[in-house]
Amino acid sequence: MNIVNILEEIEKVDGEIYERLNPRRAAMKDFFNMGKKVALAAMPLALGSVFQKAYGQSTPQAVTDVLNFALALEYLEYNFYNHALAGTPATPIPAGAPLAAITLIRDHELAHVNLLKGALGAAARPAIPYSDTDYTAGGTFPTVFTDYGTFLAVAQGFEDTGVRAYKGQAGVLVGNPVLTTALQIHSVEARHAAHIRAMRTTLSGGTTVYKPWVSLGSAGQANDSGVPQVDAVYAGEDTTVQAGVNIVGINGNTGVTKAAAVECFDEPLDRASVITIANLFLQPGKKLS
Amino acid sequence: MENLNEQDVVLSESGILDAKLQRRSFLQYAGAGAAVVALTAAGCRKDRVNNSMTGVTLDFKDDFGVLNYAYALEQLEAAFYVQVASAPPSGFSAAEKAYFQDIQYHEVAHREFFKNALGTAAIGSLSVDFSSINFTDRTSVLAAAMAFEDLGVGAYNGAGVRLKSTTYLLAAGKIVSVEARHAAYIRDLISNGTFATAPQVSSSTGLDMALAPDVVLAAAGKYIKTKINVINL
Repeated sequence: MNIVNILEEIEKVDGEIYERLNPRRAAMKDFFNMGKKVALAAMPLALGSVFQKAYGQSTPQAVTDVLNFALALEYLEYNFYNHALAGTPATPIPAGAPLAAITLIRDHELAHVNLLKGALGAAARPAIPYSDTDYTAGGTFPTVFTDYGTFLAVAQGFEDTGVRAYKGQAGVLVGNPVLTTALQIHSVEARHAAHIRAMRTTLSGGTTVYKPWVSLGSAGQANDSGVPQVDAVYAGEDTTVQAGVNIVGINGNTGVTKAAAVECFDEPLDRASVITIANLFLQPGKKLS
Repeated sequence: MENLNEQDVVLSESGILDAKLQRRSFLQYAGAGAAVVALTAAGCRKDRVNNSMTGVTLDFKDDFGVLNYAYALEQLEAAFYVQVASAPPSGFSAAEKAYFQDIQYHEVAHREFFKNALGTAAIGSLSVDFSSINFTDRTSVLAAAMAFEDLGVGAYNGAGVRLKSTTYLLAAGKIVSVEARHAAYIRDLISNGTFATAPQVSSSTGLDMALAPDVVLAAAGKYIKTKINVINL
């Protein structure tokens, strides 16, 4: 695989990519408007400047591995949402805002699959079809596609895991232009997670609140999802010391409680832990290693 | 705070930056050394230098510059949310007030985290200019909040690749996803279902924004009185 492929993949669907890579021009254009116009400057200077350096160079195996790992997770997410929408019978997602949101998320996951697949080229891992998956997690969630609430609970687990998984690979991607694309996927997964959490709150009629950000559980545990079966998804999310800095009550700010300190930093999850979680949703013989 | 490059960064009559910008923010960019010299040589008018004497410099030559850039943005966000949380618009529901309290403490924690992580390398405190925001109006507050959060996400996404330290990259990664959660929440408050819609998130690639620092600072400039000098970008 070649690093530049990821740009070419973007170009296929975004013909203005190279124009966008000129941030100075965009900066002048956008000087007085931070709204819609800033959107034109979607790509970072760093990507643009690294682009030429990267051209023609092969990607380190470690980076290819990270992208394939990400691709596997995106397949898992895409199949989950797509089956809920297109399966027979489809998951009873209410029409209107909920159905539109799940459709948007499904479309994003498919876009991520296509982007990563295209970037990896011949180095891309085999596709993961729906038939390789088991979203009941071996019977843990037997109603995952028939009960809307269970579907959302599992969706939250996928999104929060996705956010953690990308973060967990940051070390491999330091200084690599692929990092920027990974970050751009990562923050979208976080947006998805926040919205799914809000959907769960709405479904409960507001009687159970799932904050858009990962907080402490009702008993102070790391898992705030209300689903103890997914404790592994949230293991370590209750960390309150960041890069050696204790966040609780930092510099006399007593409002930064333990819960706030937990909420304001999302934690990474290492590859092995993510694979353990992902494998719960894959058929025997189809599991990741 | 000390202005390290006072002589280098005085605003000029140069046509590069027009008077409108100077009045609004005094924010200027000095990405290229030669251009800075030219600007200085072009001279300056006394009625425009009041803020230029107290500017801060973001030197992107190393991780400290990137972290200070993040620190500057977090200062801006924290100041905004402290003001909102202390006197929320009357149109806010109880749940909205509670979540804006949460966000306030998140941003304060981010700000203080960078301050402590940077230690003596930290830039000083920025003066903010929120005159364009009507803090009594829910719509105005939400629009500003969305702008700050989306800009923050784009800023971190664009700056990540500049970081050489895995520790700080990871810290930035831990923060940016929380900013994205804030952005999604606020977008949904403005219009439910817009948590990840175009143009912020491309519908064809499913990618969020990644913005260069000069683009971000240009957009943030209207909210910052302190002059921000950028070098080695």
